[in-house]
Amino acid sequence: MKKIIATLMAGMLWLLAQPASAALKVLACEPEWGSLVQELAGDKVSVTSATTALQDAHHIEARPSLIARARNADLVICTGSELEIGWLPLLLRQSGNERIQPGKPGYLEASQLVPRLEIPKALDRALGDIHPEGNPHIQLDPRNIAKVAQVLGDRLVQLDPANAETYHSRTAAFLARWNTAIKRWEAEAAPLKGLTTVVYHQNMSYLNAWLGMREVGSLEPKPGVPPTAAHLAELVGRMQAAPAKVIVYVAYNNPQAAQFLSERTRIPAVMLPFTVGGSDKAKDLFGLFDDTLARLLAVAK
Amino acid sequence: MIKQTLMAAAVAAALAAPGTASAVTDAEMEDLRQQVQQMKREYEQRIEALEQRLQQAEGSTRKAESTAATAAGVAAKAEARSARAESAAVQANNHPTSEGAFNPAVSVILNGVYNNLSEDPARFRITGFAPTGGDVAPGQRGFSLGESELALAANVDQNFRGTLIATLQPDDRVGVEEAYMQTLGLSHGLMLKAGRFFSSVGYLNEVHAHAWDFTDAPLANKVFLGGQLADDGLQLRWLAPTDTYFELGAEAGRGRSFPGSNRDKNGAGAANLFARLGGDIGTGTAWRLGLSNLRTTAQNRSYTDSNSLGVQVDNSFNGASRLWVLDGILKWAPEGNATETNLKLQGEYFRRNEDGNLSYDTAAVTAAGTRTGTLRSAQSGWYAQGVYQFMPMWRVGYRYDRLNSGSVNLGLVDSGALGAADFPIYSRYNPTRNTLMLDFSPSEFSRLRLQFANDKSRLDASDRQVFLQYIMSLGAHGAHNF
Repeated sequence: MKKIIATLMAGMLWLLAQPASAALKVLACEPEWGSLVQELAGDKVSVTSATTALQDAHHIEARPSLIARARNADLVICTGSELEIGWLPLLLRQSGNERIQPGKPGYLEASQLVPRLEIPKALDRALGDIHPEGNPHIQLDPRNIAKVAQVLGDRLVQLDPANAETYHSRTAAFLARWNTAIKRWEAEAAPLKGLTTVVYHQNMSYLNAWLGMREVGSLEPKPGVPPTAAHLAELVGRMQAAPAKVIVYVAYNNPQAAQFLSERTRIPAVMLPFTVGGSDKAKDLFGLFDDTLARLLAVAK
Repeated sequence: MIKQTLMAAAVAAALAAPGTASAVTDAEMEDLRQQVQQMKREYEQRIEALEQRLQQAEGSTRKAESTAATAAGVAAKAEARSARAESAAVQANNHPTSEGAFNPAVSVILNGVYNNLSEDPARFRITGFAPTGGDVAPGQRGFSLGESELALAANVDQNFRGTLIATLQPDDRVGVEEAYMQTLGLSHGLMLKAGRFFSSVGYLNEVHAHAWDFTDAPLANKVFLGGQLADDGLQLRWLAPTDTYFELGAEAGRGRSFPGSNRDKNGAGAANLFARLGGDIGTGTAWRLGLSNLRTTAQNRSYTDSNSLGVQVDNSFNGASRLWVLDGILKWAPEGNATETNLKLQGEYFRRNEDGNLSYDTAAVTAAGTRTGTLRSAQSGWYAQGVYQFMPMWRVGYRYDRLNSGSVNLGLVDSGALGAADFPIYSRYNPTRNTLMLDFSPSEFSRLRLQFANDKSRLDASDRQVFLQYIMSLGAHGAHNF
């Protein structure tokens, strides 16, 4: 027994004595921010994402592995605007890490850096799972990514001045490539202007605003409420009378409701990656937009 | 009107873009720059005003909203050309604040039950185990209001957070379930909590009743922790700086309720040490294991029993109580996406040793009066449960409970002063219970539950129970622990 305790004590001392790894530790709430950090910081950071493209960031839990990651993080970057309200506050509180508390340089909410759409005037849960600070799904407008990149680059410099040179040059290089890509995407996406869509959840608003597409219905009867038979029946009726051009759902959605509507209305349904990792081609942020546009253009003809 | 102004803004902003000036000569460049600067200044002000109008337009009607969305796209384009306009736009996005903005987050839990019980809940007891004085019996038969909860929580300042959770009992009693302050990011993985809080002993004890997967607590929690242990004291936790979750914690408390008792003494009447280990297996599975050791010193911890002649007597225990709890939880969802289907497995094992004196008939209602002898006991119990969400909103669950009354050595019985029949509550018996549950949660804020149980807590009867329950959460969005 004494031997076991001695071993345990030695083990704990060894853990405590571990030198902090040189790389900046970043915990991203969603894959798009993890990917952006990687673009701007390269091998100067070690990034993990709390969610994958196959998970709904509204509904994960503050599980032990995430608490452990938050404990050691130098920077936590999240969408914010209450997207992660069910788990992020717990994660921060249980982390025992003062560097990542709101207001500290180690905490960054991407949605606070961009103008948000659909800020509700009435707050009532009868309206579904609405976000008082506006629609949080900001990542599908690449101009938002650019704004976040600018601030994130500065933040990395602030947290790790030793590598300032790297962060400055990588951020500048990324923004140059990104702005070129935006021009290319905007040119490619010209045929999508005015495209009418049925979405699964109200998470396409920024993409729609960017490309001038128009949402005419959603599979969820109310934000956050799973599709019901009655609502789908009503939607089928509406779409037969005035069909939308395309039904859009994302990697983590169950495709059944979209396929049901598609079969009955002959409107094509398309799965969008939504974030990095949501499809084979969405390996990074550039791939995310390349693939999103390619998938939309394929059905918009 | 809005659209027109915005179009003008967008056209002007496009003109202001450096790209359009590429075809002109150097001399003209300077001139153009001047003009551009002038236009920039003008339009920055206009964009600021437009952003505010956008806010109004967005909310008013659905039609206005889609116009605003288009407009926002245009505005965003124009805005990209001006850093100052950008910061103005971000500000315009924020809501105006008021005194009320600093009010704590308020949430209310409403809870109601319909109980159908084959046995009288007023005569509920768990044979083989000392009654805890806790709220462990099933509620009244028929319709009844469950416990309502009112919770207030907010950050106090940059260092502390405060939480108050009051319970409103259906019989008009108001209680303080939890009231504590905790530190906000103390650094080095440390967290300090002080006040009244649910002890981190085992897994379920920390979880609020409205977040339980079954209507009632496991039998083991009922006999070893009096249902749910909330003590007054301090808690310190330390989270190891490792990639695997490893946490150590210590609590010192008053020991005001079972297995301790209220006492008039300085120092701590209860101490709890716990360790937790957790992690992921692939992307779909998360787990946590815990071990806790709760030590309490009871002083005149009393209960009522009936002796061999059927006379009601009060007995009381003085001594040390040591409880070990081993707990485990595992949650699985395909790819870690719990929205469609998910599975939750949970179990806890309890083992308790008590060593001290038992005083028989403290009120001296029998002719022989109060008598005291030693008490040494070793008792255990466990439960295991699984809850499966088979489709969105619907979950089904099963729980098995078992207690082992183990060995209880009473000095008064061994010496022949009294018979075992004078302590019927300590009859040798292993209570069991089978529970089946189905619940429906239209949103994360509401839950309706149907539960069946065959409860063999009593030596002489098996209680067939049906519970129909609703749990509603109003107000601030709560976040639940893993």
